[in-house]
Amino acid sequence: MSTEHADLASISKLPTDAAFSRNIAWRRRIGAFWRGVLLLSLVIALLGLTLLLYKIVDSTFGYVALEYRRPPAELLDNRSLAEVSQAELVAILQNNVSAGRFRKLDREAPIAERSKDEVYTLLLEEVARQRVVRSWTLTDSIFRRAAIEQAMRDTYEDATLEFRSWLSWSFLNTPMSSRSDFAGVRTAILGSLWMIGLTILVAFPLGVGAAIYLEEYAGRNRLNRIIQTNINNLGGVPSIIYGMLGLSIFVRALNVVTSGRVAGLDNDNGRTILAAALTMALLVLPLIIINAQEAIRAVPSSLRQASLALGATQWQTIWHHVLPLAFPGILTGNILAMSRAIGETAPLIVVGASTYIVTDPDGPFARFTALPILIYNWTSQPQEEFRKIAAAAIMVLLLMLLSLNSVAIILRNRFRRSL
Amino acid sequence: MTQAPRIRVRSSEATQADQPVKIDVQNLNFFYGPKQALFNCSLPIRERTVTALIGPSGCGKSTFLRCLNRMNDTIAGTRTEGKILLDGANILDPTVDVVALRRLVGMVFQKPNPFPKSIYENIAFGPRVLSMNVNMDEVVEQSLRRAALWDEVKDKLKQSALALSGGQQQRLCIARALAVAPEVILLDEPASALDPIATLKIEELLMELKSEYTIVLVTHNMQQAARASDRTVFFLLGEIIEDSLTDVLFNRPKDKRTEDYITGRFG
Repeated sequence: MSTEHADLASISKLPTDAAFSRNIAWRRRIGAFWRGVLLLSLVIALLGLTLLLYKIVDSTFGYVALEYRRPPAELLDNRSLAEVSQAELVAILQNNVSAGRFRKLDREAPIAERSKDEVYTLLLEEVARQRVVRSWTLTDSIFRRAAIEQAMRDTYEDATLEFRSWLSWSFLNTPMSSRSDFAGVRTAILGSLWMIGLTILVAFPLGVGAAIYLEEYAGRNRLNRIIQTNINNLGGVPSIIYGMLGLSIFVRALNVVTSGRVAGLDNDNGRTILAAALTMALLVLPLIIINAQEAIRAVPSSLRQASLALGATQWQTIWHHVLPLAFPGILTGNILAMSRAIGETAPLIVVGASTYIVTDPDGPFARFTALPILIYNWTSQPQEEFRKIAAAAIMVLLLMLLSLNSVAIILRNRFRRSL
Repeated sequence: MTQAPRIRVRSSEATQADQPVKIDVQNLNFFYGPKQALFNCSLPIRERTVTALIGPSGCGKSTFLRCLNRMNDTIAGTRTEGKILLDGANILDPTVDVVALRRLVGMVFQKPNPFPKSIYENIAFGPRVLSMNVNMDEVVEQSLRRAALWDEVKDKLKQSALALSGGQQQRLCIARALAVAPEVILLDEPASALDPIATLKIEELLMELKSEYTIVLVTHNMQQAARASDRTVFFLLGEIIEDSLTDVLFNRPKDKRTEDYITGRFG
């Protein structure tokens, strides 16, 4: 570098006096300082994210100490699970629980139709009375193996040690339970998916429509400026306020609609998926409108003029030229809105998502729960194990978010390519 | 009179004075909000001629051009007074449908602005949105031939128009305007973003097109006006200073200000 500078100075008339050199060195130092500050902020942000992911993963996997009232080996006559048929498992279950309990379980879902794994889980829960007496984090499981074994020998003599992933297929596929080691997130996943689907169905057309009107049709008068300012401000209103709004409007005032009576259902509870989705739609509407407006504004006006000059109407211009070009940007806004809606907790609490529900939602008028509600609920339980399943549920939420977003991103890229 | 300006003028085959008037602009005043941009402009534009509008930047020649197909309507807060008669009908009348007007009066812009679609779709868009009942393949070929672009693009009609060079893009924009069969074509400095060879092609094209269309051309380039137009109109500060046959305006300008401008001694 320095020799290059020297060469330049010798062949041209670059200023070389001392004052100028000091000045240029000082200017470079300022630049280097700010570059360092910017790099530092990136590093801090990455550290924070890594720490978050580490905490989640750390809690999701690890050793557990299990105690049984009756060991499963004894129940199965010392055979391995593979040797026992589903029918035999059902028989063992029936012989060891009361008739009333068996009828109740059968009513929840016919036991004969459940899979072998499901029946075995039921056996562990109802007969063997499996109980997690102690659980360790992933870090401890890997690095403090000796201490764990010591604790097993000293404190949990009757317990068996098992490495467990709290995030498992059965975790995804079982409904909620009041016992941490048998709880699952199926109802919550379905509830979240129903809610997000309805939210987007409502918010996307409304938001994009409003954005098109504001950008393409509305004049630059005082009223429209006030509307614009308010939309921008609504984007920053705390979500719990939207929850209150949803409670008073959708749950109470529009009870006939949200409870499903309007569709002929016999139900007067407005705390349904529909009410939550409408509330969420209101919440993300400013986000969608603002992003769609940005995208529409970014379409060069020369294209609009070209289209108008050919004798196209304003709507034809919007439909054929503005919207296709703005669509990738509009989808980006949609991704942001979806991410926001899927993680929101406060409005759902106010609107009345259930914290404990074991039946899958079967439509927009069903009572429901959602993943963030579950996580919120589980993290506030005193038992250590609930924190483990909360971490697993957070992983599920993140994975769900990522997969929904990647669908939207693939859609967006396909649209970009077709231009 | 000082010495004659040394700009070569294409000798026009006919004087064009006997051509009927296609567009008659009468006492046109135009305002951007409170600011007046055109002052009492009157100009007959003759059929099947090329009329060039020249003048320094900000003199109102582009504004004038955009009045002729009411593109200024798309700008909020503008106001137009006076009359513009197209074949005797006042196009400034509020009852006139601008969508119908723009079908008759096409426009080509300063910067080539093809749609980010295929070459074929660029041409087909106009006839399609106007629901013209035509054989689209034929219209596309004819328009491209008239715009002298067919031979260069006939094998890549499905390719993106954005892959064309600047000059080709501008000819595509002209072809696109021709596809809806207009009677008047307005060109707003169509060659200002192009290199000399592409410019020459556009000028030659205008010569070809004037046998069928009435052409109004805004240009910064006086040589271009001299080469490509039959009549030239000089604008200054929103007023029409002089309107003459092109060789008259460039060789024997009547107004001192015109002479100052074309000899480059202006302001």
